[in-house]
Amino acid sequence: MTEIFVIARLALQEAVRRRVLLVVAVLTLASAVLYFIGCLSLKHHVGGFLATQNIDPIVPATLLGLASFGTLFLGSVLSVFLTAGAVRGDADRGLVQPLVVRPVGRGAYLAGRALAALVISATYVLVVSIGATVMTRLFFAELPPAAWQAIPPLVLGVCVVTVVTLLVSCLLSTVATGISVLMAYGAGLVAGLLGEIGHTLGANTLSSIADGVSYALPFEAMYRDALNKLSPAGPLGQLVQLGPLGGARSGGIGLWIYSIGYMVACGALATWVFRKSDL
Amino acid sequence: MTANATELVVQATGLTKAYKRSVALRGVDIEVAPGEVVGLLGPNGAGKSTLTKVLTGLVRPDGGTARVVGAPAGSITARTRVGYLAELFRFPGWASADEVLILHQRLVGRPVTGEGVAEREQLLAEVGLTHAADTRVETMSKGMQQRLGLAQALIGDPAVLLLDEPTSALDPAGRHTVREVLSRARDRGIGVLLNTHLLGEVELLADRVVLIDAGQVVTAGSVSDLTAGHGVTIETDDGTVERAGVTRDEVPGIVAELVASGREIYAVVPRRSTLEDLYLSLVGDRETQR
Repeated sequence: MTEIFVIARLALQEAVRRRVLLVVAVLTLASAVLYFIGCLSLKHHVGGFLATQNIDPIVPATLLGLASFGTLFLGSVLSVFLTAGAVRGDADRGLVQPLVVRPVGRGAYLAGRALAALVISATYVLVVSIGATVMTRLFFAELPPAAWQAIPPLVLGVCVVTVVTLLVSCLLSTVATGISVLMAYGAGLVAGLLGEIGHTLGANTLSSIADGVSYALPFEAMYRDALNKLSPAGPLGQLVQLGPLGGARSGGIGLWIYSIGYMVACGALATWVFRKSDL
Repeated sequence: MTANATELVVQATGLTKAYKRSVALRGVDIEVAPGEVVGLLGPNGAGKSTLTKVLTGLVRPDGGTARVVGAPAGSITARTRVGYLAELFRFPGWASADEVLILHQRLVGRPVTGEGVAEREQLLAEVGLTHAADTRVETMSKGMQQRLGLAQALIGDPAVLLLDEPTSALDPAGRHTVREVLSRARDRGIGVLLNTHLLGEVELLADRVVLIDAGQVVTAGSVSDLTAGHGVTIETDDGTVERAGVTRDEVPGIVAELVASGREIYAVVPRRSTLEDLYLSLVGDRETQR
């Protein structure tokens, strides 16, 4: 167990010393300022309209939907960059060999790398999501009823991305891993949006494809679940459900169980592949 | 030294390993005893690095058995007692020399404070890097990194050092330092498997040599045995007599024969070949053909 923390500490140290965390903090702050200005502007321009039409939750729900997309996307990018070279990439550069010839199991090495990436990316998503929700609440009196409940699925979603990236990094080089995971991420979002359109129009094929993609890439299902929690009741909620970049769909406890099992399976598969690899 | 003195620190039998496009090992046997330096020689692609990696557990053999300090190669028990320096290694560039050693102390469960500090200071002094304790790896020369790699390999009281080209980037002074470090390691009972192209280093340091080519052991033995018995030069009152291909035991008979024939003997000089002669005679110029 100790060696897992030693490896995780090494990865965290690298993130700090390579100024990854500093860059993330500065850019996140810049994004927060933009979000603040956006909220302020929307409040100023549509506040009166909202009051008269009694559709108050739509604007904060849409803002939070956008924030959710941005947060999960940036958290996923952060996670991918932290883990894309964890195995094959670092082994190609000669960084892994001196570590795994020590009495450190390869599973422990993977667990350490995963732990560091999970801590950073999950903390990022958690902090930014809470910040966005608090900021939205400062400007708009009425948040979607389940606004806070949308955060945990996003955190779990980025955890899934991290573990998938770690698995792919056992097979592919750094660049190939990054490209493949981010392309899969984009494909998942598109599939989710098409699925929602299919659901709205009654096109079962599109809905089935989206459901299949959700099983294959549960981070996408988690995002849809988060969007669903942000969607207000009534026909105007459809606006939020359709976007901005993905369709909303409730996942329920089954999705959580499936996603956690999916991560465990990916971790086990990564360990098996890594143990069989010649370095 | 905690290993049983009679127990081999490396014992491999019939090791085979094939990659997708090539066969790296074809039944290699090798042994290293405690306190013994074994030079592993061979041309590029002979299988030297693969053999070293099999012994560390980085590469899984297809066949044969490999044991390190009595445990299967690559097992946690074996890795606890192995110091390894890879040919193509890299330490985190952002870390200082001291931080690299701290990392490896943590990985082998050594203390990093108190006696851990003393251990790091001693290791850095041994490899001539005392002045570079706080220097970041990315600002070090390749030679400094190689010496740091050797210090790293010595962490954790290893019973055996598996070194893959540890002096390839070093200048003559650096090589001298490494030879001294390895000599001291040998004196402490540490077995050393030294994989190198530098025949001179092996001649100066190794107790035994294993020459492999195309994944097979071509010859093995002590340096003196392998380089002895290639002739004798005898200076007589009637000129110099050269006898090629005779062994050391045959020399007295030859001298007696010359004396019996009335010659006066001024000097008897056994002709020894060098490792380079041996290497070229056994491997030839195949390396240049690869």
